[in-house]
Amino acid sequence: MEQPAQSGREIIVYVRRFIPERDEKPRWQRYPLPLQSGMTVLDGLHRIKETQDASLAFRFSCRMGVCGSCAMLINGKPALACNTQISDVAGRVLALAPLPNFDIIKDLVPDLSPLFQKHISLQPHIQREDVAELDKPTGEFRQSPEELVRYLQFAYCIKCGLCMAACPTLATDPEYLGPMPLAQAYRYNTDSRDAGFHNRKEGAGTSHGVFRCHYAGECSNVCPKGVDPARALQLMKRDLVLDYLRLKRCRKPAAVQGPSAEAKRRTDVPAPPPHTV
Amino acid sequence: MAVSKHYPNRLGILGWLLGGRWGIERYMYTLHRVTGLGILFYFLLHIFVTSARAFGPEAWATAMAAVHHPIFKFGEFLVFAAFAIHAANGIRLVAIELGWAVGKAEEPIYPYRTSLNIQRPLLIAMMILAAIVIFFGGLDFLSLAQAADLPH
Amino acid sequence: MRETKYWTWHIAAGAVILILLALHMVIMHLDNILGLLNPSGGDAIAWANVLARSRMVFFVVVYVLLLGAALYHGLYGLRTILFELGPKPPLQKMINVVFWIGGIGLFALGTGAAIAAKML
Repeated sequence: MEQPAQSGREIIVYVRRFIPERDEKPRWQRYPLPLQSGMTVLDGLHRIKETQDASLAFRFSCRMGVCGSCAMLINGKPALACNTQISDVAGRVLALAPLPNFDIIKDLVPDLSPLFQKHISLQPHIQREDVAELDKPTGEFRQSPEELVRYLQFAYCIKCGLCMAACPTLATDPEYLGPMPLAQAYRYNTDSRDAGFHNRKEGAGTSHGVFRCHYAGECSNVCPKGVDPARALQLMKRDLVLDYLRLKRCRKPAAVQGPSAEAKRRTDVPAPPPHTV
Repeated sequence: MAVSKHYPNRLGILGWLLGGRWGIERYMYTLHRVTGLGILFYFLLHIFVTSARAFGPEAWATAMAAVHHPIFKFGEFLVFAAFAIHAANGIRLVAIELGWAVGKAEEPIYPYRTSLNIQRPLLIAMMILAAIVIFFGGLDFLSLAQAADLPH
Repeated sequence: MRETKYWTWHIAAGAVILILLALHMVIMHLDNILGLLNPSGGDAIAWANVLARSRMVFFVVVYVLLLGAALYHGLYGLRTILFELGPKPPLQKMINVVFWIGGIGLFALGTGAAIAAKML
C-alpha cells in the first residue's frame, strides 16, 4: 500500500491534559509530530495516541464532519478536529485544548450535558394539537419548498457545541441557553408542521434566554455546517417582539394529506402487515 | 458508574474581551458595552450637575466652575465619541436584532455565506458614520478649548 | 414574556434617545453653526441660554423624555451586563429592585429640577 507523501516537517503539538485521578488542574503536554500531507488534527491526535501516549483521551466518531464529536479548541479557535487540516491552521506549533465553557471530564473531552439539558428544555420536537396524528399517522404533512427553506438551514445542526464555546455570553453566564438550543427552538417554531410557539416562547424569553444574545456573531463564524445560529436568534427575537406587540401572524400548522381519493391499491404489491403498536 | 471530578472551564470576563481573531462583530460587541458603560457613568453624574440650574444662576456658576478643568472637557469629548459609536452601532443592532439586516434563511451551500456577510456593509457604513460625527465633534471641542480661557 | 417586554422598551428607548440626544449634542456642541437655539450667542452653557431653554415647554418636555428614556435604557443595559455575570436568583431580584427604585428616584430628581428651573 502506498504511503502518504511525507511533507518532511515536524510540528510541535501542545495538548491541554487533565487526568482527574492525577492532576489538580490542566497542564500542557508537548508532543512532536511528523507531519504528513493532508493530515487533519484528528489524524494527528490518533498518531500521537498510537505512537507516543496511549493515555490521551479525545472524542471522535465519523471523522468526516457530520457527527460533531471531535469539537475542540484548535490554536485558540473552536473547530472540528476532523474538519481541520493541520497545515491550514498551524505553522510550527499546534495547540489543542478542550472546548471552553464546558467542564472538562478528561484531556480534550468536555462535559456536554448542560448543552443537551438546555436543548431539551426548549422542547425541540413537533408539537401539534392533533396528538393522535403524531402517534398514529394517517397521512403526510403538507409542506411546500418555500416553507421548508424557512427552517432547513437550522435543521443542519449537528449539536457539536462549537457555537456554545465561541459565545461571549456563555463565557460568563452558565444559565444562558446558548445559540444551539435557541436556534433549534427557532427551527421548530418556524417549521410549518409545528404549533408549539407559545409553549417555547416562555423558555426562550427568560432573563437568560434569547435576549442575552448581542450578535457578537462568533457562533455563526465557527459553525462547521453553515447553520448560522446568529441569524436564527435574531429572527427569534423578532418573533417574540412581534408576539408581544400582538402583531404576529398566527398561522395554522400544516394540514395532513392522506392518500388521494383516486389512488387505488396496486394488486401486485403485498399490503403492509397490521400495526402491532 | 463512578463520576470523576470535572474541571470547570468557563472563560469568564476574558471571554468578553478576547473575541476570536476572526470576527469584527465580536469586537464591536465589546466596544458597544464599554461605550455604554462610559456613557451611563457620565450620565448619572450629569443628572446631578445639571440639576443645579434649578437653584439659580449662582448654583449654576458653581457647578460649571467645578467641571471647567480641561480634563473634564476631554472627558466630555470621550463621552461624545462614545455616544457616536454606541448610537451608530445601536442603529445597526436594531436592524439586525429585529431581523431586517440578517437576510433570509437559505440552504447552506459551502462556502457558507452567513448573516455576518450580509450585515457587514451596514457595519462599515455605521463605522464611517461614527467616524465622521466624531471628527466634526472633535473640531467643535477643539475650538471651544481655544475660545474659552482654558489653560492649555 | 417579561424579558421580551423589557427588551422591546429598551429598543424603543434607544430610538427615542437617538433623536433627542442627537438634538442635545447639536445644541451643546454644534451651536456655533446653528445660533437659533442659543439666543444669547455661542456658548450653550451660559446662564442666559440655560435659563431661556429651561423656560421653554418644548425643552422641558424634551429633557424629561430624554431623562426617562436614557435612565431606562442605561439601567437595563447595566442590568444585562450584571445578569450575564451569572448572579444567583436572590441577587438577580435585588438588582431588579435596586435598579427600579434608583431609576425612578433619579427620574424624580431630574424632573423635579426641570420643573423647578421652569419656575425660575
